[in-house]
Amino acid sequence: MKVKVNGVEIDVMADTIAKLLKELDINPSRVVVEVNLEIVKRAYFEQYKIKEGDSIEIVNFVGGG
Amino acid sequence: MTDPLIIKGIEFKSRLWVGTGKYKNFEETARAIEASGTDVVTFAVRRVNIIDRSQENLLDYIDPKKYKILPNTAGCYTVEDALRYARLARETGVSDMIKLEVIGDEKTLFPDVCGLLKATEILAKEGFIVLPYTNDDPITAKRLVDAGAAAVMPLGAPIGSGLGIRNPYNIKIILETVNIPVIVDAGVGTASDVAIAMELGCDAVLVNTAIAEAKDPIMMAEALKHSCIAGRLAYKAGRIPKKLYASASSPIEGMLI
Repeated sequence: MKVKVNGVEIDVMADTIAKLLKELDINPSRVVVEVNLEIVKRAYFEQYKIKEGDSIEIVNFVGGG
Repeated sequence: MTDPLIIKGIEFKSRLWVGTGKYKNFEETARAIEASGTDVVTFAVRRVNIIDRSQENLLDYIDPKKYKILPNTAGCYTVEDALRYARLARETGVSDMIKLEVIGDEKTLFPDVCGLLKATEILAKEGFIVLPYTNDDPITAKRLVDAGAAAVMPLGAPIGSGLGIRNPYNIKIILETVNIPVIVDAGVGTASDVAIAMELGCDAVLVNTAIAEAKDPIMMAEALKHSCIAGRLAYKAGRIPKKLYASASSPIEGMLI
């Protein structure tokens, strides 16, 4: 299905946040995920179902002042 | 000599706080932070690069167990954006602190005071330890205290400008106006700027560009570490009053008259 991840529309096999992170090769312990402007707690990554057209943001810390 | 700064029960051993932006690479960032002797570093929150997964993570170089992490809301121009970034930052689970920035203008990066006050109030109510980046205005500082700020972070000069402490008198008035820690954020160019802020009685100074863009960032980090300690000691020691005329240091008594 098609979802928007970090502003880019991509086709994914995953149907949960946990699977999406695995598919994108992203370490879940270092990121925060927001789906349609709502933060998804890390504890819910396994069960949180993503659906067609969701707008997903995956963020982490970078250098900054 | 231990002289920790305590904000909402969090103890900071170092009064020099260091930003992690603008370095050549993560290795240099880590070495500069080490040389600065700091125990608190700032981070920004940004999208993970989902296309190029080869990029390293800054947390591989900076251990959150060793350093206190102070996330910022840099780049946010509205209250809504600042709240969003602050909440995302807290969700990482490494810190309840937030260096709150609500920027008003791209060219100066001066804070939007109205937005800053509003965002401070909301985040403080949500339990954040809010450290707002503000201008050097004592009245704003007072309002930020009322809004629930844990410390105020007045600028010495525009971010990244290296112009130093442009209005030491206002900083002094802020120090006399508020009863929470005052941390100079932005404007430092070199060691003497840090010393000036600390001699005024500021509780800490946050520096990024002055270290990251120095010819030798590691050496500059060390220089600022010393000037921060020197400035703090000088403040606590109590400087002499300035006088217009001379006062001889050697005794008159015993001279060959």
